[in-house]
Parts: sequence; structure tokens; C-alpha cells
Amino acid sequence: MFYREAGQFKTSYAADSAKFPIRQDLVAIWIYLAIGFLVIPVFGDKYFIEVIMIPFLVLALAAIGLNILVGYTGQISLGTGGFMGVGAYSCYKMATYFPDMNIIVLILLSGFFAAIVGVIFGLPSLRIKGFYLVVTTLAAQFFLEWAFIRIPWLYNYNDTGAINEITRESFGYIITGAQSDYTVKYLVVLSIVVGMTWIASNLISGRIGRSWMMIRDMDIAAELMGVRPLYAKLSAFAVSSFYCGVAGSMMVFFWQGSAEVEIFDYNRSFQILFMVILGGLGSLLGSFLGAAIIFILPIIIRAAPDYGIPIQAATADHISLIIIGVLIVVFLILEPLGLARLWGIIKQKLRVWPFPY
Amino acid sequence: MNVHDTVLSAAMDDGIAPGEELLHVDNISLSFGGVKAITDVSFDILKGEIRAIIGPNGAGKTSMLNVINGFYHPQEGTITYRGEERRRMRPYQAASSGISRTFQNVALFKGMSTLDNIMAGRTLKMHKNFFWQMWRHGPALAEEIEHRKVVEEIIDFLEIEAIRKAPVGTLPYGLQKRVELGRALAAEPSLLLLDEPMAGMNLEEKEDMSRFIIDVNQQYGTTIALIEHDMGVVMDLADRVMVLDYGKKIGDGLPEEVQKNQDVIDAYLGVSH
Ligand SMILES: Nc1ncnc2c1ncn2[C@@H]1O[C@H](COP(=O)(O)OP(=O)(O)O)[C@@H](O)[C@H]1O
Ligand SMILES: [Mg+2]
Repeated sequence: MFYREAGQFKTSYAADSAKFPIRQDLVAIWIYLAIGFLVIPVFGDKYFIEVIMIPFLVLALAAIGLNILVGYTGQISLGTGGFMGVGAYSCYKMATYFPDMNIIVLILLSGFFAAIVGVIFGLPSLRIKGFYLVVTTLAAQFFLEWAFIRIPWLYNYNDTGAINEITRESFGYIITGAQSDYTVKYLVVLSIVVGMTWIASNLISGRIGRSWMMIRDMDIAAELMGVRPLYAKLSAFAVSSFYCGVAGSMMVFFWQGSAEVEIFDYNRSFQILFMVILGGLGSLLGSFLGAAIIFILPIIIRAAPDYGIPIQAATADHISLIIIGVLIVVFLILEPLGLARLWGIIKQKLRVWPFPY
Repeated sequence: MNVHDTVLSAAMDDGIAPGEELLHVDNISLSFGGVKAITDVSFDILKGEIRAIIGPNGAGKTSMLNVINGFYHPQEGTITYRGEERRRMRPYQAASSGISRTFQNVALFKGMSTLDNIMAGRTLKMHKNFFWQMWRHGPALAEEIEHRKVVEEIIDFLEIEAIRKAPVGTLPYGLQKRVELGRALAAEPSLLLLDEPMAGMNLEEKEDMSRFIIDVNQQYGTTIALIEHDMGVVMDLADRVMVLDYGKKIGDGLPEEVQKNQDVIDAYLGVSH
């Protein structure tokens, strides 16, 4: 099959404003979904699913959240780790208070707590921009880290100061806790991530997404077109933090099993930000690509000794750090729109191949 | 162009008859620190006319537009728009009361396509809330398509079909100005403020732009305030001309009268434009 739009004529504006105007793109999406929902659960082993797929999906969701804020609305934030933590801790508290409630519901509800906190810390964005916003969101990050340590109520006064997932059943399956089935966990995570990605793509292609991008590109003109910066910015903070909060809850309940404050520290904020930059600002696909590169590359390099390349674990980690660092610099300078943009260029070339002119 | 009339013109009806006063600016003074940008200027704009504002660089023309659409707040004076007197208003209030504009330095949304930029002009006319938008299919999509139709008419009207999907940042300057006009038109304004829409254009582009401005004014009855340096264009397009110099009004009237006004001639002498 060739990647072509030939013979595919748009006969209505609905078809023309569809998200995947070229049929092969739509087909590709269905293939990815089939791989995700059918092939991986059947053929993926425990290691692949638990160590690679689940974390990758969780981080990709956080990257989508941050991308809504940074890539689509142009408001930079270093508070991602903190917002993820708000999701995780609120999910934990709700699971304690409402032991009978379905954990999937609680995870989605935890997003609302993160959204509220995100809006509060997003308020300064109404007055300040750029570097100053970086500083205030970093302050939010430190404040939240402090709260996760200093408010013992948040971790039920545990001696360890950690929060632990609680065994929960859902529709007859144990989906969290030590006895849970990794395939079931994976399918739950995948469904949440796919569903929320679909919602994000809906928001982005409609009026609300446009108002975010208007603020990003030219806030003065946006206001003169009737966009209220208050609503646009705070709704972006709310949606973004909601996504990060859900990712944070899933991180504890489906991936790590237990969590101390460290997994929500500012390193996490930077990790997610790098995913967004590498993958592509303002691209949902890019959020997945960025998460893949930054999370999976170190795993591959660390596995090098298995393929007969003798490097030590510490060296391997340094090599990944260097590669990622260089990639970030290269992308920031040469291709700010990231991997997603490169992918777009390749597709454009394919479309006219083999006659480029 | 019959289609345009059906979809666009109806909504521009603001209850004011042609020839009546749409906007009245009284004794406006605006300063930035020590710099007096506008000093005690009064003028009016009548419904349906093309009202030119001319003057040398730094005369306060752009500042006057910024005052009208609520972007600058004058220290003194009042603005009466559609019979309502306002001292301070936010730009989005101006937008929702039917004032839209273009900018002297193109202010498009650079990361968005031509289509999305013009759709952006419809923002105030779209109302489907967050929950419909999340779902998209259904009412939100129906609304999107309904507005897309209007936007397509504007695209036809401005003859920019070929660049519909192009990111505006990649377009040549002349086309960017045209897209910006499209975005302002998409709001179906009752008062359209154009800040040097032809600056930096070649003759052919200027002719196209003049034709669009006349068409907008005549077909839709849109009232236009036009800042322009090219006197030939002003004489052709404008019904009335106001002249500013150093923030003061030095002339106001029909184009021929203003052209003969000695103060205006003096102000323009030695000024390159
Ligand atoms: N935001 C601002 N801050 C300070 N001075 C300004 C500002 N906007 C305009 N001015 C000053 O007001 C005067 C009029 O400017 P402007 O309205 O842009 O003139 P024009 O559009 O006629 O060329 C100039 O002296 C300019 O420097
Ligand atoms: Mg000016």
C-alpha cells in the first residue's frame, strides 16, 4: 500500500476536518490499537508489560498533560511531579476512606484534586510569563514535596512515610496489589490512556483547544478575538493537572506499588518536560514518542551486556543521560517541534515519493 | 458572491441605521509616562462609512485604535459606542460588542493554519461547552461544521483557498495580512478597525486589498476605520478623513477638503511615507 491521498476526496467539511484526513493514518491508528489491546496482552511477557509498557503508558499520559500546558497553551511548568503527587496522594486517601469504591473511579476522581491544585498554582500565570512562571511552578513543586512529607495525614501516619497500593478488585478481577494480574493491570492502564488521549485530541481540535493555542501564539490578539485569558489559561492548567494527577495515581497503583515522595520530586518534573520537548511541543503523538525515547532508551542501553557489549550499569546510565542531553539540545536548536515533526516530514516525503517534485 | 450575503450580513445588523452615529470619541487624552500619545481628540464614526485616520508616524493613530477597542485606557475623555458610554472596557468586551481589528504588525497565530486562524475569529460565536467538546462528535462537531461553512465563504471571498491548510507563519507578508483580515471578518464585526492593512505591499496586492475593503464595506455594510499612509488609497476608499499630528487632531472632513487643508499639508511635508 502506498501512503497517498489520491482518490480520497473530501466531500464534506466534516470529512475534511477529521483528525486523520489520510485514510492510511486512520488505519495506522487502528493497527496500533490492535497491537496494544490484542497482540501485547497475548504475547507480551511479565517483564515487558510490567517494566516497559505500563510505565511507558503512565509517563506518556503525564507528558500529554504537560504538553497541553506547555505545547498547546504556551505556559511553562516545572510542577508536574507535584501535580502527579497530588493525584497519587488523593487517590490513596480516597481508597482509605471509601474502601468499597471501584479503584478505577477513584483514580479518575483523583485527577480532580490535581486539577484544583493545578488551577491554584496556575493563578500567577495570569500576571506573569516565561521565566517567572518557571520559578513559581518550581516553587509549587517544592511546596507540594514539602506537604507530602510534612503532612503525615496524607500517608495515613505510616512509619515509612510511604503510600502503598491497596488490593482492589474490579469487575471480578484483582487489578491492584501484589496478587494482581499484570495483563489485567496493563489493559486497565491502556484503556485509561487511550480514552484520555482521545478526549485530549477532541478538546484540542475544537474551540477550547484553539483558544489555548491562541493564547500561546499571540495572547493580545487572542483577547481581542474574545478569548478570556483567565478561562483559557486556568482551563489549561486544570486539564493538564488532571492528566498529570491521573498519571500519578496510576504510577502508584499500577506501576510502583508503593511510593515515597521521591518519585514525585522535581526530577520527575524535568523528566516529563524533556519528554514533551523531545517528542514535540503541541503534539499528542509526540508525547508518546518522547516518553518512549526518554523512558525506554535507558532500559535498552542498560541491557547492552545481554547482547555482549560489556558496559557497567552506571556507565550505561551515564551514556543514556548524555544521549538524551544531546538530543534535547539538538532538538531545541534545530527542530523545536520535536520527533513528531520529523515524523510529519517523513510522511510528507512518503506522500510524494518517488517523485519529489 | 450571493452566498456571502445569506450567511454573513444578517448577523452584522446592530440596530443602527446607516449614516447614524456608531461611535463617538470625546476629548480623549492618553499619555505614557511623559509621552502624550493623544491630546484632547474628539471625532465620530458613522454607521456604514469608511473612516480614514491619517497622520505621520508617531501621530497617535494606532493608539487611537487601541483606545477604541479597550486595549489602552485613556486618562481623560469618553467613548460612546452604539449609544452606550464607556470609560474603561476590556478588549474581550469590545470584541463581544462587535469591534474587531487587524494590527499594524501582523498579529496572527503563527503556529496555526490559515483555517484555524480564521476559525479563531469565530470564537465568540461558538458556545458548546467543555463537556460537548470532550466528546466532540455530536453537537460540538455540528457547531464546528456550521462555523467552518462561514469560514470557507470568507476564504473564497479573500481568494486564499490554496493556503487553507498552510501554517500562517510560512506565508508571505501580503498573504498574512489577508488572512488577518479574514480573521477579523470572521467575527462579523459591526466596526472593523484596520491598522495599515496595505503597509509593505506591492501595487497589485494593494489593489486586491482595496477591493476587499470596498467589498466588505458595500456588501456587508460593515463600518470601517482605516489607518493608511498611501494617500491615493485613502482618497479612493475613504468617505471621511481625520488627520492626527503629534497626538492632536489637525483636520477632519471629506478627503478633498482634508487634502487642501494647509495644516495637513505642512504636517506631511518632510515626512516620508
Ligand atoms: N505602549 C506604549 N508605551 C509607550 N509609548 C507608546 C505606547 N504606544 C504608543 N506610544 C507612543 O505614543 C505615540 C503614538 O504612537 P502610535 O499611536 O503608535 O503612532 P502611529 O500609529 O500614529 O504611528 C508615539 O510617540 C509612541 O512612542
Ligand atoms: Mg501605527
